[in-house]
Amino acid sequence: MNKSVMIVGVGGQGTLLASRILGSAMLEKGFDVKVGEVHGMSQRGGSVVTYVRFGESVNSPVIERGEADVLLAFEQLEAARALPYLKSGGVAVVNTQKIDPMSVVTGAAQYPEGLLPAMKEKGAKVLDVDALALAEQAGSQKAVNVVLIGAMARQLEPDVDLWLRAVKACVPERFYELNEKAFRLGFGE
Amino acid sequence: MKQLLLGNEAVARGLFEAGVRVVSSYPGTPSTEITEAAAKFEELDCEWAPNEKVAAEVAAGAAIGGARSFCAMKHVGLNVAADPVFTMSYIGVNAGMVLAVADDPGMHSSQNEQDSRHYARAAKLPMLEPADSQECKEFTKRAYALSEEFDTPVILRLTTRIAHARGVVECGEREEIALKEYVKEPSKNVMLPAFARPKHEKVEARTKALVEWAEGCGLNRIEDNGAKRGAICAGAVYQYAKEALGDSANYLKLGLVWPLPEKLIRDFASLCETVYVIEELDDFIESHCRALGVEVVGKDVFPRCGELSQRLVKKLVDGVELPAAQLDGPLPVRPPVMCCGCPHRGLFYALKRAGVYVSGDIGCYTLGASAPLSAMDACICMGASVSALHGYNKARGSEAAKKSVAVIGDSTFIHSGITSLIDIAYNRTNSTVIILDNSITGMTGHQQNPSTGYNIYNEPAQAVDLEALCRAVGIHRVQVVDPYDLKETQRVLREELEAEEPSVIISRRPCALLKSVKHEKPLAVDPEKCVGCQACMGIGCPAISMRGGKAQVDPTQCVGCGVCAALCGKGAMA
Repeated sequence: MNKSVMIVGVGGQGTLLASRILGSAMLEKGFDVKVGEVHGMSQRGGSVVTYVRFGESVNSPVIERGEADVLLAFEQLEAARALPYLKSGGVAVVNTQKIDPMSVVTGAAQYPEGLLPAMKEKGAKVLDVDALALAEQAGSQKAVNVVLIGAMARQLEPDVDLWLRAVKACVPERFYELNEKAFRLGFGE
Repeated sequence: MKQLLLGNEAVARGLFEAGVRVVSSYPGTPSTEITEAAAKFEELDCEWAPNEKVAAEVAAGAAIGGARSFCAMKHVGLNVAADPVFTMSYIGVNAGMVLAVADDPGMHSSQNEQDSRHYARAAKLPMLEPADSQECKEFTKRAYALSEEFDTPVILRLTTRIAHARGVVECGEREEIALKEYVKEPSKNVMLPAFARPKHEKVEARTKALVEWAEGCGLNRIEDNGAKRGAICAGAVYQYAKEALGDSANYLKLGLVWPLPEKLIRDFASLCETVYVIEELDDFIESHCRALGVEVVGKDVFPRCGELSQRLVKKLVDGVELPAAQLDGPLPVRPPVMCCGCPHRGLFYALKRAGVYVSGDIGCYTLGASAPLSAMDACICMGASVSALHGYNKARGSEAAKKSVAVIGDSTFIHSGITSLIDIAYNRTNSTVIILDNSITGMTGHQQNPSTGYNIYNEPAQAVDLEALCRAVGIHRVQVVDPYDLKETQRVLREELEAEEPSVIISRRPCALLKSVKHEKPLAVDPEKCVGCQACMGIGCPAISMRGGKAQVDPTQCVGCGVCAALCGKGAMA
């Protein structure tokens, strides 16, 4: 059975690294893998979406409404936006961080309150992660993305060494130690 | 060796393995990474050309000269390159020539949703469309063999979901292809009418031969699942259809989307009670089937606008959709914005304050159209800002010329703004053209261009001197400003709008995302001084927000450009 992981966030948060690490780990496991990315205009601080699908044989590179087994959200509002894509019974791993979109910055709109409880009310299993705090614990705010990758990884595959090999393949060597720590904190070891 | 490659990277891998030597492209989403990835192979001589027409001509010349050649572009780039492409169809090739065009259904990063398959039919060129990364590589290699066998350039068509999807690719070795002998043959290569007339006959015969070839070339295949219904599809849509319908349908999977087979389509139709043609954008395959007299279900069910997906196919064919939860009430949207420290911000703020008509162009600065800057009136295509301003001022007269500007990026100006500027100088309107020189091609992800002083390999290269160029074409008033200096920018803008002759303002400051750009200390708001007037909010900087009636600067985002501080009448930002 194929698995679908949807990764959402705000342009510049490092969502592409998450999809690369996940894709790389699942390729090593011997699965067919497809990763759908969007580049260009949507990277300039806008909503970004990446799809990772793996299994025996994967056709479409995109994930549609009701199909995601796991939703990895780097930001709360983006998590809420992606809720329709989560399969009923699927797990949403959500960073508790909030980033105001321009309409909120300018005061034209308000950042909605109570998004995570509302998602739970709609039947989603929400796993909220204070990734910023864990990243600081690991040694740098910049490791937020790898903390989240760790939290997502736990939902998919228990073999930590497999994941760490993928992390190693996808991050610069001098940051590996920091990222390993961040991954383990996110994974919850 | 198996690798997870973007469709675009897989095309580049195909170029490497096919023994290609010359690659010339202009960046354009979603095609850019092909050429970036190609430049990593030292066997390939790659370059960023000033525009797609130049790129296609470089590839054409290389093919005539005996080297396998390539150029890549986005769909609208093919409009620019169409002139040489149509005639290269007549000339044909010596060594193989392939042109990749990446369409953008859904317009993720484009100004229109044109269907480039029409170009294949119009220019009478074979077109291949891969359905995953592995096919991207394989079809690229097949395209060169096809090009040389049929003496024709070949078009490789991608869409966003193929170009920007990673898939598993089995990589092979490079086949070194020797430079072919060049033999002078004017009747083949010089398209005078007397030589072109017999070539047209040859092109028509070639298409006939290609239709025959299409029947058995292996690029098109029937998957017979013994079902009553069948789907004809290609590219990403084949994947959507397979996922949506599985074994409940037979498939005619097309890899060669022009010319289309005839017998194969009839044979397929005879297997099925109902045949669906599932394709994004226009009814390209559908109209071919109908012309053959094959009854199909197509655009009466599937949309012409936007992307398809497995969900849409399932819904439109079977009327079934998965349940999807949704929060009550709308969520604030998050469109892309100019980055913190973007040099375009100060300039657009000045334009907003001046209340001028802004003739816009293609690049990051098109975001100047969004609130709160809202400083753009029109945006058509690469280079059009300059010529359309000239036209606007012709229509509305000299007073309008004092209240209007064109904005165009450095790369876009090189691409196709220069000839437009010549028109302004030559056919004289008192137009004011602003070149937003951020020293890079920004929107597509930081590619070098002829004005940056570096080539695709980041080696020092001859740089276009923009000031000298503008003067040389007959613009006598050329001023350079730093858009971080808001007061000076506003002063120069006023001066050039008033000028009784054409003028150019070069707004020069490198993109804040460039690694070479050093950021200043983040600004902080003094809550004692801030009166909550929100003057600083007018520039739409994502680092500034209002909290408890006072402005606040996010230190993790602020790069210290200081444009907001210039707007603060209370000196609260420092």
